[in-house]
Amino acid sequence: MSLNYCLLVLAAPVSGHTSLTAARFGAALLSRGHTLGRVFFLDNGTSNGLASAVTPQDERSPQQAWSELANTHGTELVLCVSSAVKRGLLDAAEAQRHGFPAATVHPGFILGGLGLLVEAMQSADRVITFGAAG
Amino acid sequence: MSVTTEGGVLVVTRHPQPGRSLARAALDTALATAAFDQPVNLLFLGAGVLQLLPQQDSTSVGVRNLRKVIDSMPLYDLERCYVDADAVERFGLTAEDLPCGAVLVGREAQRSLLDSHQHILGF
Repeated sequence: MSLNYCLLVLAAPVSGHTSLTAARFGAALLSRGHTLGRVFFLDNGTSNGLASAVTPQDERSPQQAWSELANTHGTELVLCVSSAVKRGLLDAAEAQRHGFPAATVHPGFILGGLGLLVEAMQSADRVITFGAAG
Repeated sequence: MSVTTEGGVLVVTRHPQPGRSLARAALDTALATAAFDQPVNLLFLGAGVLQLLPQQDSTSVGVRNLRKVIDSMPLYDLERCYVDADAVERFGLTAEDLPCGAVLVGREAQRSLLDSHQHILGF
């Protein structure tokens, strides 16, 4: 049976490997024929979408792991707009609105409201939270 | 007590507010779900019950008073919230401390809450 999944990511990529685990979980479920329409990043999880984050060469970049899901399977990567803006993650429109010279969100991600999480939960068979540690 | 809710979303909040934004994120998620007319319940579990401490004053810290947001939940049709009875006792809260609409739940009722919802979000 093929299931429709939604992931909620609360963990920042720099605080442990929760975010990478979430991305691997996403890749695994897709490889087994399930669908992953949307991943919603909330609270500290929104920093997964920071374009200027640099991962050490010998480590796996969570951002790249997420982008691959989006590029290969069309999974939507949504950063909660209020969590994101607080953390300096701005798309072109938010950068302009707040008077910053450039966008800081990786192009694979979009900003959106909590309504997009609600919508994804409605159509999902499974919602999995990847929480903050501790 | 018996829990009858079927389906819907259960938001489980397990951390106190000071020092982290997670409690606020949980509350915002519950409120947003309710705002879209989707069935949602909130469970304050473990140290999360400390969010319910009355007479919080966060002005000198410069962050929003979470208890005020919790008290406004009925405006968003979140009439009830479920509260871990063991944790309430462990942290020394009394029934008068809790917001109106709080329902104390023991282990058994918590289990049936987790059972009866379609989705569980763990904050």
